[in-house]
Amino acid sequence: MGFWNFVLNFWTELGAWVGNVLSGWGLPPWAVNLIADVLGVLVLVVIGVAAVLIFTPMERKVIARMQDRPGPNRVWPYGLLQAIPDAIKMLTKEDIVPEKADRQLHMLAPILVVIPSLLVYAVLPWGPRIIGQDLNVGVLYIVAISTIHILAVLIAAWGSDNKFALLSAFRVVNQLLAYEVPMILSILAVVLFTKTMSTQGIVEAQTLPYFLVMPIAGFVFLVCALAETNRSPNDLLEADSELVAGYMVEYSGMKFAMFFIAEYVNMFASAILLSTLFLGGYKFFGLENAAPVLTPFIVFGKASFVIFLMLWFRATFPRMRFDHLVGFSWKFLVPLSLVNLILAGIAVKIPVADPRWEPWVQGGVMAIASLVIIAATAWILNRTARKLEGAPALKRIVAAER
Amino acid sequence: MLSDYHFIGVFVLVAIAFPFLALGIAWLLRPKKPNPVKTAIYECGLETIGDAWVRFRAQYYIYALIFVAFDVEAVFLFPWAVAYHRVGLWALAEVFLFLGILTIGLVYAWRKGALRWQ
Repeated sequence: MGFWNFVLNFWTELGAWVGNVLSGWGLPPWAVNLIADVLGVLVLVVIGVAAVLIFTPMERKVIARMQDRPGPNRVWPYGLLQAIPDAIKMLTKEDIVPEKADRQLHMLAPILVVIPSLLVYAVLPWGPRIIGQDLNVGVLYIVAISTIHILAVLIAAWGSDNKFALLSAFRVVNQLLAYEVPMILSILAVVLFTKTMSTQGIVEAQTLPYFLVMPIAGFVFLVCALAETNRSPNDLLEADSELVAGYMVEYSGMKFAMFFIAEYVNMFASAILLSTLFLGGYKFFGLENAAPVLTPFIVFGKASFVIFLMLWFRATFPRMRFDHLVGFSWKFLVPLSLVNLILAGIAVKIPVADPRWEPWVQGGVMAIASLVIIAATAWILNRTARKLEGAPALKRIVAAER
Repeated sequence: MLSDYHFIGVFVLVAIAFPFLALGIAWLLRPKKPNPVKTAIYECGLETIGDAWVRFRAQYYIYALIFVAFDVEAVFLFPWAVAYHRVGLWALAEVFLFLGILTIGLVYAWRKGALRWQ
């Protein structure tokens, strides 16, 4: 039994073993803590950076398949190791700083963009007690840290003294600010149900995946995750047909790679966050209790599914126009998520005699109310569209922009 | 409580070290041969006229102002959401009022055309 117990709880056993070895060396407790912290941090950073190596080939292959072309297929096997020669190329490329650029800011931006994207991994849960640090303000921490990204984008554009870059940065800042609000509001609806901000607690409280309980919040969060990571159809920052490559146009070599790494690390983090908040995190039909060793793979599988969705969106939807994009957030997502938040507030207050039935009754009420709201929204949108059907094109455009 | 944050502190240090390490390795490996054509501002082949450091549209400030209102609201709503199950129905009524005032603000901005790009 001892052997199976060890295998099934491999990650927690590993952590305990490292702790024992370190105290066995006769180190004081603070040094043991420090070394354990450093090891944990290094593992999380390596996971984050490895995500870049995994998801860039995945993105290129998946999109290639959707667009009916082979994609990268030279580097063995099937072009799946394409990321490694790319990394070497980035590492050995010359770093070009434009002569009129503000050198300090130009240097600071790629550093500042990577730091918050990695810091988010500190509170993402990989399994029961398999987490960097289970902060009691976990989600708030994620929201707060990921906002630093906006600052880095603006610094990058301002530091390069390039008009395209600055134009792109203004768009990005506006877009990120607009999509931050509905994202926070949909996270709040989840927090209302779980009664805790700890990411671990949120997973533990999910008897049903919250995507079924509150589809509105899940949908809003998915759209916002696409916008916050600047993925297509919201990739206005690098609309290559109008702005050359976005705010990082003046960056080359490793500095460009920093932006690239940050984008994929962010994408993976928000995919994990979405699966934590709405898809049940590391839970998978009781498998997390039977074999805790599998939980990181469950999380990885769910996050990969979310990223596949993101790639699917990119291959399917055309890029949105800038003012439509910002308007979509303020005029559609914000009111919708406010309604959803109020619904959640009412649903949580429904008195249930037996605490075992509480999540089912409250979740069921929430799900039905959400469906009603979705139907009402669809009806209103349809009616507005039908009213304008016969109108001349100009009138329709004016109405859409109001 | 505060002892939870030693991990975050270590993480901040490592996260700061990571880009410095990566850029440092690249600095050792890469060629360094700048010339005036190479370091010119990239503007699709045209010569750059003037700085990019200009004043930008006032519209962005209006969006930013609406955002600030909603972001501050979020800071208040997070503790409300966590403590919600412990307080009575009054908490719901108060938040209705709070969100109602904010919504009036959003509707006002909308009607004033602050959300219309022009």
